[in-house]
Amino acid sequence: MIIDTVDQSKIEAGKEQPWAALGLKEDEYNSIKEILGRRPTSSELAMYSVMWSEHCSYKSSKIYLRQFGEKVTPEMKKRLLVGMGENAGVVDIGEGLAVTFKVESHNHPSYIEPFQGAATGVGGIVRDILTMGARPIAVMDQLRFGAPEHPDTARVVHGVVDGISFYGNCLGLPNIGGETVFDKVYQGNPLVNALSIGALKHGDLKLAKADKAGDLVILFGARTGADGIGGVSVLASETFDADGPSRRPAVQVGDPFAEKVLIECCLELFAAGCVSGIQDLGGAGISCATSELASNGGKGMKVQLKKVLLRDESLTPEEILMSESQERMMAIVPKRHLRAFKKIVDRHEVEYSVLGKVINKDRLLIYWGEQEIVNVPPRTVAHDGPVYERPVRKPKWQAPLNAASVQAQGLYRANDNTTDLAAQFVQIISSPNQADKSYITGQFDRYVGGNTALAYPDGAGMIRVSEETGLGVALSTDANGRYCQLDPYQGARLALAEAYRNVATSGAKPIAVTNCLNFGSPENSGVMWQFKQATTGLADGCLELGIPVTGGNVSFYNQTGDVAIFPTPVVGVLGVIDDVARRIPSGWQDEGNNIYLLGITKDELDGSVWSEVIHDHLGGRPPAVDLEFEKRLAELLHGASLQGLVASATDLSEAGLAQALTESVLRFNMGARVWISELCERDGIDKTSALFSESTGRILVSVGREDDVKFVGLCDARNIPVLRIGVTDNTGELEIQDLATWKLDELRTSWVATLPELFG
Amino acid sequence: MKIGVVTFPGSLDDRDAARAIRLAGGEPISLWHADSSIKKVDAVVLPGGFSYGDYLRCGAIAAQAPVMKNIIKKAGEGLPVLGICNGFQILVESHLLPGGLIRNEKQHFVCRDQKLRVENVDSAWTSGFQKGDEITIPLKNGEGGYIATDETLKMLEGEGLITFRYLEVNPNGSMNDIAGLRNERGNVVGLMPHPEHAVEPGFGPDSPVAMRSGVDGLRIFQSVLRSVISA
Amino acid sequence: MPKIIVQVMPKQDLLDPQGKAVARALERSGHKAISAVRIGKRIELHYATTPTDSQLQEARKIAESFLSNGVIEDVVEVSIEQD
Repeated sequence: MIIDTVDQSKIEAGKEQPWAALGLKEDEYNSIKEILGRRPTSSELAMYSVMWSEHCSYKSSKIYLRQFGEKVTPEMKKRLLVGMGENAGVVDIGEGLAVTFKVESHNHPSYIEPFQGAATGVGGIVRDILTMGARPIAVMDQLRFGAPEHPDTARVVHGVVDGISFYGNCLGLPNIGGETVFDKVYQGNPLVNALSIGALKHGDLKLAKADKAGDLVILFGARTGADGIGGVSVLASETFDADGPSRRPAVQVGDPFAEKVLIECCLELFAAGCVSGIQDLGGAGISCATSELASNGGKGMKVQLKKVLLRDESLTPEEILMSESQERMMAIVPKRHLRAFKKIVDRHEVEYSVLGKVINKDRLLIYWGEQEIVNVPPRTVAHDGPVYERPVRKPKWQAPLNAASVQAQGLYRANDNTTDLAAQFVQIISSPNQADKSYITGQFDRYVGGNTALAYPDGAGMIRVSEETGLGVALSTDANGRYCQLDPYQGARLALAEAYRNVATSGAKPIAVTNCLNFGSPENSGVMWQFKQATTGLADGCLELGIPVTGGNVSFYNQTGDVAIFPTPVVGVLGVIDDVARRIPSGWQDEGNNIYLLGITKDELDGSVWSEVIHDHLGGRPPAVDLEFEKRLAELLHGASLQGLVASATDLSEAGLAQALTESVLRFNMGARVWISELCERDGIDKTSALFSESTGRILVSVGREDDVKFVGLCDARNIPVLRIGVTDNTGELEIQDLATWKLDELRTSWVATLPELFG
Repeated sequence: MKIGVVTFPGSLDDRDAARAIRLAGGEPISLWHADSSIKKVDAVVLPGGFSYGDYLRCGAIAAQAPVMKNIIKKAGEGLPVLGICNGFQILVESHLLPGGLIRNEKQHFVCRDQKLRVENVDSAWTSGFQKGDEITIPLKNGEGGYIATDETLKMLEGEGLITFRYLEVNPNGSMNDIAGLRNERGNVVGLMPHPEHAVEPGFGPDSPVAMRSGVDGLRIFQSVLRSVISA
Repeated sequence: MPKIIVQVMPKQDLLDPQGKAVARALERSGHKAISAVRIGKRIELHYATTPTDSQLQEARKIAESFLSNGVIEDVVEVSIEQD
C-alpha cells in the first residue's frame, strides 16, 4: 500500500488527482489547494470531497435555510434550547424536560437497496437524537413510492417497509405514524424520510464539540468496514496494488442489535457524566466526526488512524476516513473519566479505541503510523465549505399548469347523478393514497415503551414523556407534492398548516417545526426556484404561526434524467400536551353525538385527490391558506379539550369531508347520519365540493349532547364558523342523506383491501 | 412481593414488564443477563425484545446466558417464570417448554390487538382468569409461529397445557392456534402476545369502553402475585 | 483458513415458511420445474490450524446442542473444509 503523506504532497506537488471523480468542481479543488498552501493528500482530498458534497455541506441550500433562523421573534425562541445547526433541535416542554426531534432523508440508498437503505435511515436518525443526550422515544416515517401498479414499486415497498420494521422494531422504539403516498413521479426516486424524537432533562443536553485540550477522542461501537465507500474506490484504485480490492460496496448494512446496545451504553455514559462531547458517525464517517467535533469546539485534534478497530484489515486510510459503517459513535472523554468510560462500555460488551486527543491548535492532524496524512484547519472541512447562489428561474411550464384548473378544463362533476357521486366516494376512499395503511403500519411495533397515547390510524402520533405527570408530545408530518408542484410557496405553507392542524386536533399545543426538503437537482434553475419558494413559504408560515423551525434536512438530486420529483417539503410539527390523558380521539365512539364541521368549505378542487383519482388531472392553484384562522382554530380545540367538550376531532385535508367521515366511522365502528344540503347552501358550493374539496382550516368534531350549547358558544365567541352536519348512531351504517347509505362492513372492506391486494 | 425482570442485550419490553408488575402491586427487580444471581426474587419475567438481535435463532443465545442457568434450576423447583414473546422463545430454547417458534406464516412482522381465549387457569400466571375468558392483548412478533410434533401437540391438548389460544385471527400460523403454554407443574408459562402492553388505561389496545384502554394483561401479573402469596 | 462447516436445515416434516414463500415466487416467475424450496443455514467455524478429530467431535456437539434446535431443525452436515 502506498501512503500519500503531507510530506509527499509537497514533494509530488504537481501530481494529478481524481478530484472530478470525487465530485469536486475545479474551483473547489483550487480553493482546497489555497487553504492548504499545497495540494491535498489523498486522505485530505477524500475528506474535503465528502464534507463539501451537497449532502454534507448544504452548499446550494444554505442561503435559503438562513431564513429559518432569521424570520423569528424573541417569543418564538423562548422554548428553543438548541436551534438549527446542531444534530437536532431541542425544545423545552416544561417540567424541566425537553424533546429533540428531526427528520432525515435516505432516499437514494433506499432505491438502490430498499431494505438496508431504509433500515440504516432509521438507524442514522436515531443516533442523531441520541447524540443530543436524549433517550430516543419514538419514530415515524414519511414514504413516497412510485405508481402502485408499476412492477418495480412492490420491490421498493416491500424492501423499505421490511427495512423499517426490521430496524425500528429491534430498537424498541414505537412507530407512532407517518405518511405513505404513491405517485408515478417517485418511480425512480422513492422518498424514505425517517423521523425520530427523543426526551431529556434540560441538564442532560450534550453537544457535538471537543472544547478542552487533552480530552481523549474515542471511537466506539461497531467496527469499521468497507460500508458505503463505493465513491472513494477511485482513490483506492490509485493507492492499491494491482491485485488489491478494486470495488467497494456503496451500500451500508445495518445491525439494529448493535445500535440498541449502543443506545443503552451511551445513555449510561451520559448519566455517569464521562462524556464531554459526542458525535454519531453517519455520512462521511470519521472525516465528519473528527472535523465537526474539533470545529464546533474551536480546537484541534490529533488522531492515530491505525487505532481504528477494523472489520476488514485491507482498508486504506482514505477508506477508513470515509467508511459509513453504521452503529458507531465518537466521544470526547476527559482523561480522568476513562476508567469509568471503560467500565460501562465493557459491561455492554461494546468495543472502543482511543484514537487520539484534543489539542490547543487549529489543526486536525491525522496519522497513519508515523506518517502524517492529514493536516488541515478543521473548520475548513466541516463548516467553511463552498456556498452557492445557484441560478433561479420560474419554470416555463408553471403558468400553463396553473391555468389548467378544474374549472378551466370543465371536468365532470357528478352533482346530480347520485349513483356516480356515490361511486366516486368509494373509489376515492379506497384509492391507494386514501386507503387504510395498516398493511404497512401493522408491521411496526407501536406499543413498545408503554407510552404511546396516539398512533396510526390517529391523525397525529402522541407519546407520554413523563409517567409522573402525563406530560407528553404530539407529532404530525405532512407534505403534498401535487400542491407544491402547482405552487411551491403555497404548498409548503399548506403542509405546515395541515401538520399544525393535526397536532391541534389531538389536543396538543403546537410549539416547533422541523422539515425534510426533498427536491430535484439544484443545478436546474427551475428546481432551485421551487426550493426558494418552498423555503420562503415555510419560513413565512412559521413566523405567522409563531412557531420556530428547529432544524431540518435537505435532499437534492431526486430526479431521473431531466425529470424531477414534485417538490416534497415534508413538514413536521411538534406539540406539547400537559397530560396525554386529555388527548382527543380521532373517531366516533359514542352514539347520539352531534357532528359539527368547523370552518368554511370552498370550491377548491385543483390538485385534489378527486382531480387525481377521478380525472387523472393536475392543474390550477392549490387551496388558500389562512394561518391566522388556523391559529384560532387550534386555540379553540385546545380550549375545548381543556374543558373536555369534544368527544372526537378529525381534520379535513386530502379527499376532504369524504375521507374524514370514512375514518371517523371506521375508527371504532360507530355509524352516522349526515346531511350536506345545509353546508352546500351556507357556503354556496355543490355536492362535489362539499364532499371532496380540500379547503383548509376545517375540522370535524363530535360533541356529546350535554356539551352542545357550550361548544357552539365557544365557537361563536371565537368567530369560528360551525355547522351541525350529522349525528352518530349505532346502526352499523354511514348514511349521507340524498346520496347513499353504506354498511360499515362494506365500507371497511373497500377501504382496507386496497394495499394488501397490491402488495400483500 | 419481588418479581425479577431480566434484561438481555437487545431486550426491549423490560421497562414495560417492570411497569406492569408495579401496577399489579408487585415490586419489580431488575436482573442482568451476565449475573448468575437472581436476587431472591419470588418470580421471574423474561421480557420481549430481540435478545442478541435474534441471531442464530430467536432466544437461542439468551438461553445460554449465565442468569438462565439459575432460572432453569429454580424453575425446576417451582419458581414462577413467565416468558413473553422473546421470553417465550427463550423458554422454548431452554427446554422449559416444548415445541418451537418459527417465522410468521406471512413472512413479516405483525403488530395488532389480538383476541385470545384463556384455555387453562391452573397456572401461576393464569389463576386470576376464568376458563373461557376472552381477552384482548397486543401481539407483535416476527417469529411467533408455534410448531411442535404431533405427539407433543397431542400431549399439550390432552393434558390441558395450552393456556391461551388465538381467536378470530391466527396471526402467525401457529399450530392449533396456540398463543401460550404452561409446563406440567404450572409455574412456567410462555406466550407470544404482550400482556405488559395492556395494563394501563390510555396506553393499551382499544376496548369497547374507550380508546386504547384495555387492561386485560394486568390479570396475568396479578395472578402470580396471588399465587405466590398463597403458596 | 481451515474451517468446520455446519449445515442446519428445518426439519423435513415441519413447515418452512421461508422456503414456501420462495417456492411460490419462483413458480410465479415461471420456474415451474421447481417443486419445493427449503432454506437452511450454513455456519462456518474458523480455526487457526486444521481441526483435529476431537475438535471435529466437539463441533458436532456444539452443532447439535447450540447451533441447531433439535425441535425444529436437523444438523445435516458437519465437515472440515480447507481452502
